[in-house]
Amino acid sequence: MSLWRSGASGVAQGARREGASQSRTGWRDLYHAWLRHHRLSAADSMQRVLDNPVSSAMTWLVIGIALALPSGLNVALDNISQLSASWDSPAQISLFLHDEVSDERARELQTELSARADVSVSRFVSREEALEEFRSLSGFADVLSSLQANPLPHLIVVAPAQDSDQLAAAGLRAELEAYPDVAQAVLDMEWLQRLNSLMMLGRRLVWAVAGLLILGVLLILGNTIRLAIESRREEIVIVKLVGGSNAFVRRPFLYTGLWYGVGGGLFAGLLVGASLWFLQDTVAELARLYQSDFRLRGLGIMGGLNLIILGGMLGLAGAWLAVSRHLADIQPR
Amino acid sequence: MISFDRVSKRYAEGHDALREVSVEIARDELVFLTGHSGAGKSTMLRMIMLMERPTRGQVLVDGQNLAGVSARGIPRHRRSIGVVFQNHRLLYDRPVFDNVALPLIIAGYDHREVGRRVRAALDKVGLLSRERAMPVTLSGGEQQRVGIARAVVGKPRILLADEPTGNLDPALSAEIMQLFEEFNQVGVTVLIASHDLALISRLRHRIITLRHGRLVSGAAA
Repeated sequence: MSLWRSGASGVAQGARREGASQSRTGWRDLYHAWLRHHRLSAADSMQRVLDNPVSSAMTWLVIGIALALPSGLNVALDNISQLSASWDSPAQISLFLHDEVSDERARELQTELSARADVSVSRFVSREEALEEFRSLSGFADVLSSLQANPLPHLIVVAPAQDSDQLAAAGLRAELEAYPDVAQAVLDMEWLQRLNSLMMLGRRLVWAVAGLLILGVLLILGNTIRLAIESRREEIVIVKLVGGSNAFVRRPFLYTGLWYGVGGGLFAGLLVGASLWFLQDTVAELARLYQSDFRLRGLGIMGGLNLIILGGMLGLAGAWLAVSRHLADIQPR
Repeated sequence: MISFDRVSKRYAEGHDALREVSVEIARDELVFLTGHSGAGKSTMLRMIMLMERPTRGQVLVDGQNLAGVSARGIPRHRRSIGVVFQNHRLLYDRPVFDNVALPLIIAGYDHREVGRRVRAALDKVGLLSRERAMPVTLSGGEQQRVGIARAVVGKPRILLADEPTGNLDPALSAEIMQLFEEFNQVGVTVLIASHDLALISRLRHRIITLRHGRLVSGAAA
């Protein structure tokens, strides 16, 4: 199996003198030749990308923005679900007592509730404690101190037994609301469920947006590679004339796509990182106000790597699309 | 080495480029192919390179029937033939060295071997000192020599040339022809399409003449 026929006749005599006549070409040599051309194409494509820094940066930025949007939204959703996970279980039922219920009666009620089999924990928060807590956390201390009377009711927070499900918790809530001292019983799961279904909707939307944007990235890359092919049409014809195979002609363009994609992924990672950095202080302040140790979670190294790999794969795919459509059309005439 | 057996080519629009052409070209031979433009010279060269396939008849190159070469096999077939084009067909954004090296890069030679062979080929055509020059800075004759160096750098056994002296003055043309003769003397089969009768008739090689796609003279040595 020889790619290149050995020179039975030494054409360039200088070469013949040097004993450069070709020996057999084995699989090993073929593999090395293949590897060599990959290296050459990769370096040459990179050089061409870097030779036009402005237009390459534009391409990278376009791809970067298109990839940063869905991945940024995804990071946001991850953060929200991380936040809501800490409230997820056990569900709580807040019992707001009637204003006229006394401190002692409220404590009695709490003890009574604690004895129930379907209640695991209960906690009493008196109206004074509630006011104090509200005063220290909300930043409305001045307004609160100007009030004549404490507007807050007594509160008993009840956690259903560990093994109770949503339905049991809802049943318990209805039962507790029937107590004469209880003005209102609120199952704290409700808003969480709403949040969760909103987040599901959000995830779906992210996927839909991601699908569209990825399609867009493919088309952008395909078009960029098409233009690159167009601008090197004459060169492709010449390479085919002197015996370059389709794979040989294809390779540099696939690498061009890869570099654009990888660069785009890198830009996307940087964009997401920059936006998170921009939000960090505000979020930390907000978390402090809510007495939470919540911290904004970024892409992480793996997330960033994934973005770059995704970009690279999209680059290859886009280049492949363009190359398979346009290279076959270019034949020496 | 090259054999045409009753080869015809009819284009879709009904024009006959070749009609029943039969030619034998032996190993080590240098043959001129002549005729008016449109007589079928280029069509014959293009068939040898598999840029076209005959409508009828068979073309054999180095014992292989080209009808048996699939589209996938075309690149390898072309690598076994050196071709010189009338309009040079150089890569104008690459220096002379890269142009000549192209067939070796395609064949996958390592860079030391590429350097050796490219310099040997450039030395042969007298352009060793211009290896870093860009093709546009060279004269027409020099560009043609770069094209010749590229055609022979892979040591092909067959060398085709399509009007290699088309745009050159008589003195340069004679030099180019002399180069081809030298390659022929070391065993390369050379086929040159040219309408410069004054020049080729002086060189005492076989001349195949085509007229309107038919072979007029020179079918066999």
